[in-house]
Amino acid sequence: MRYIPNSPGERRSMLADIGLEQIEDLFDQIPEQLKLREAIGIGDPMSEPDLLDYFRALAARNRTEYQTFLGAGAYSHYIPVIIDSLISRAEFFTAYTPYQPELSQGTLQYTFEFQTMICQLTGMEVANASLYDGSTAVAEAVLMANRVTRRSKFVVADTVHPQYREVVSAYTRNLGLTIHTVGHGEAGTIDPTSLGIDRDTAAVVVQSPNFFGCVEDLAAISEAAHEAGALLVVAISEPMSLGILKPPGACGADIVAGETQSFGIPLSYGGPYCGLFATLDKYVRQMPGRLVGEAQDGEGRRGYVLTLSTREQHIRREKATSNICTNQGLFALMATVYLSTMGKRGVQEVARQNLQKAHYAAAQISKIPGFELMFGAPFFNEFVVRTPQPADQVIIGLLDKQIIGGIGLERFYPKLNDAMLVCVTETAKKEAIDRLVSALA
Amino acid sequence: MANTPEDLSYTKDHEWVRAKGDQATVGITDHAQHQLGDVVYVELPKVGDKFEASEPFGSVESVKAVSEVYMPLGGAVIEVNESLNDSPEQVNEDPYGDGWMIRIKIDNPAQVDALLTSIEYEDYIKEEAAE
Amino acid sequence: MSKTRIKKATTHVVQNEGLLFEESRPGRIGYSIPRLDVPEESEQRLLDPRLLRDDDLDGMPELSEVDVIRHFTRLSTWNYCIDHGLYPLGSCTMKYNPRINEKVARIEGFANLHPLTPPALAQGALEIVFRIEQCLAQITGLPAVTSQPAAGAQGEMTGLMMIRAALTDRGNPRKKVLIPDSAHGTNPASAVICGYSVETVPSRSDGLTDLDELRRHMSEDVAAFMLTNPNTLGKFERNIREICQIVHELGGFVYMDGANMNALAGVAKPASFGIDVMHLNLHKTFSTPHGGGGPGAGPVAVTAELEPYLPFPRVERDEGGDFRLDFDRPKSVGRVRAYVGNFGVLVRALAYILTHGDPGLREATETAVLNANYIAEHLKETYDVPYPGRVMHEVVFSDKRQIKYGVRNADISKRLIDYGFYPPTMSFPLIVSGALMVEPTETEGREELDLFIDAMKSIAAEAAENAEQLKQAPLTTKVGRLDEVAAARKPVLRWRPGAGSSRTGSNSA
Repeated sequence: MRYIPNSPGERRSMLADIGLEQIEDLFDQIPEQLKLREAIGIGDPMSEPDLLDYFRALAARNRTEYQTFLGAGAYSHYIPVIIDSLISRAEFFTAYTPYQPELSQGTLQYTFEFQTMICQLTGMEVANASLYDGSTAVAEAVLMANRVTRRSKFVVADTVHPQYREVVSAYTRNLGLTIHTVGHGEAGTIDPTSLGIDRDTAAVVVQSPNFFGCVEDLAAISEAAHEAGALLVVAISEPMSLGILKPPGACGADIVAGETQSFGIPLSYGGPYCGLFATLDKYVRQMPGRLVGEAQDGEGRRGYVLTLSTREQHIRREKATSNICTNQGLFALMATVYLSTMGKRGVQEVARQNLQKAHYAAAQISKIPGFELMFGAPFFNEFVVRTPQPADQVIIGLLDKQIIGGIGLERFYPKLNDAMLVCVTETAKKEAIDRLVSALA
Repeated sequence: MANTPEDLSYTKDHEWVRAKGDQATVGITDHAQHQLGDVVYVELPKVGDKFEASEPFGSVESVKAVSEVYMPLGGAVIEVNESLNDSPEQVNEDPYGDGWMIRIKIDNPAQVDALLTSIEYEDYIKEEAAE
Repeated sequence: MSKTRIKKATTHVVQNEGLLFEESRPGRIGYSIPRLDVPEESEQRLLDPRLLRDDDLDGMPELSEVDVIRHFTRLSTWNYCIDHGLYPLGSCTMKYNPRINEKVARIEGFANLHPLTPPALAQGALEIVFRIEQCLAQITGLPAVTSQPAAGAQGEMTGLMMIRAALTDRGNPRKKVLIPDSAHGTNPASAVICGYSVETVPSRSDGLTDLDELRRHMSEDVAAFMLTNPNTLGKFERNIREICQIVHELGGFVYMDGANMNALAGVAKPASFGIDVMHLNLHKTFSTPHGGGGPGAGPVAVTAELEPYLPFPRVERDEGGDFRLDFDRPKSVGRVRAYVGNFGVLVRALAYILTHGDPGLREATETAVLNANYIAEHLKETYDVPYPGRVMHEVVFSDKRQIKYGVRNADISKRLIDYGFYPPTMSFPLIVSGALMVEPTETEGREELDLFIDAMKSIAAEAAENAEQLKQAPLTTKVGRLDEVAAARKPVLRWRPGAGSSRTGSNSA
């Protein structure tokens, strides 16, 4: 077996060297009746070429060549080629967690850079080294708000990604925390004056742009939350919007939790992705996840180190701020390389193109008889179309033309059976948008 | 050899107490700070918080460890050493002086008698070391 | 300090590199995207001007493609990695990350597939999820598996959530979880998130679970006993069936932390131990890359009794052989992660499993255990072994014999860096003071093991001869020991404009 350097002969020699006769002797701690006497049942080993054939055949059954207008928390953006060549460097992807800083300065420095850029983009003061994904980041934000305020009620907008809300529910149900879901208004956004906050509310959780693609009035929501002593948690599933929209940090957010998949991370059927988590300096000791800080060695040389580790599970154990151990290190690197490559100009340019193309598409679709925009609130690169027939049917009709036109919202919002969520990014060429429009007509 | 001032009282959890009437100042001992290593952060309660004897009222962190700090007596917190936020090293450098943590109003002054004397505390840490 | 003893490593010129923000120069660009091809509208018209950003993304870098390539390439050279050599990290299973797995994960039909693609158009992806769950069921012997959790810790949480749900169905979720004193830190942290308090069960003097202590602690208030088998000392819990009986008798569940599966795959099936639920770490046993801290995946395998509580959705195969997502799971504990899970990690793990097949998985386990025992045997005269005797895939030493020179496990570890190795695990098990937990895995050849043994012996000699110098280690890395105390007292967690800028980074912020 090519991954096992010691040949069978060398193994026999090593066994003899330590005074054993056969491999079975190594397992004498295991009671006989627990030892496996037959094969596991998976089958024979596959050679490398056969393995490639097997997976290629599986991949061929996924229709990635269709023109897709899917968003809903996972976004198709151009991924610069250099990202893969850089993250494929063995020193990055085969490296361990940077607990020993002297051997991990590469990982630690890019993580410090990641933390910095997340702060710059979100307008917050401090960011961690990543969490698993957007959904778990929002769940962790809820747990953190509970620790900070010592209150246990949460007001969560129904325009927060439905799967994020499901994860929040799973994380909080055994902790005595109550989630009160507040519905959206006609414009597709949350009404800041009817959130239902009181002095028992730990935090208000909203997403912007929200699941419908609409931009929420964060400043007004933040005022309402703070007046009651509650925190504002802003979820972000499309961080490319930060290239053009006022960041949550400038609108009074206390915690920003979300997803960085848009920054150079492939769609990959849902994961791995990379969650972002940022907050204010005053709350840093309540933050979950790893943190990289600057340090100096005895010669005064600058280096980086995992710090404030006493928040974490390996020290604080049952009193830890989270149980998280593994994070998304390599994917934070992808995002860091993406943001470095695109830079401030590129991120703004991509955001601009998303805005323009989505609005062009929305305008053209609205001209089709029977179709209109469902919500009046401003949007970035996603919008909801009211369809003349049930949206799911419209979508099936488009499949014949090899177009995945959007997502029917009925399965998330049972009353919205005539709603189709459409996402248009910089990767959609004008011809493709025009084809979608004529296919709908 | 750790410093153990005679005029203070002590607990088996390595806190010291300077009691006067129904008030007391509390911190951690020289022995404790030495075991912990360089203190990087001290988590303290708020003025007004109330605790029972032996309840944890805060914690002390070094880089690699965190230890809870326990109330030697039941009472309410009347003052907190805010300077430890910026200078947690005072716990290492002057554990009985600038490294004080909280001042409390004692519920039951009679409980002070049950605390260890400096001699009893020194014996106790010698026993602990021998184990 | 004698350098002639160090055989595996030598010093080499390494490039310096500042932060991205220090290398940034106005006007540089590194990207290339097509021009906007739709008519452009005014942004103020499309969005309320109050919603627009007005800081021009101040502080974000402007770099050319060459700058970006140089920056990250230079950074990479400062890291150690498994492709350089051994990571003797107990309970981490740092094994070789096969390149074929990387190639397979990047196939366009996987990499570009949106998670909400209609299932009829994602049959290949669904089959992968189905297949890996099937393989893990076969490897563990437990019939039902979820691959949704993103990491081992999340898997633990999910498993405990399922236990809680099952107990709640029976009428009482109960109050606490028992954990051995040798456990990994994620175990108690995960229990707390599920609303349980944690009680520690002391081990026997040989490191195994003390059955009497377990009986003493076990009650109808205990929801579960979480154990790792083999445990963090590398010892197999011989009495595991009895342990499970003790817990089951009073209506509790047994959770097995599967981090140490590299000692069992193909040799024993945990289901036969009597356990109810376990998680696996795909980034450990199943070779998916550690990536400098992640991603991983923590699938959870359960008995038939707990199957209804698995997270939704599940991938099911209908009679026609087509795959679909089943959301109709009324007893499910819910969803622990968006979409299906860390799909890219699942692909890599499946490739690993299929590459090995039945014989390969067994061979890997046998060799992992052989390699650990080889190290144990050759270092037992040099380092204290608190729990002597045969080990499975990892062995724990302590610094007891070196302490008399003032040398602790941290010092030994730092000096090992100069010898060209990554240090062993030290932060647990808590029951061993000054622990050095070593797990070589099967992907190490004899030469590398011999170099490690040689290095450890040499360091022990240095401890006796020149402890003061040893404690200055590491001496040959890009940075020496960093002042972690100052870093924690006054944390600097991001770059800010105006922080002194320097290529060599010899400033302080």
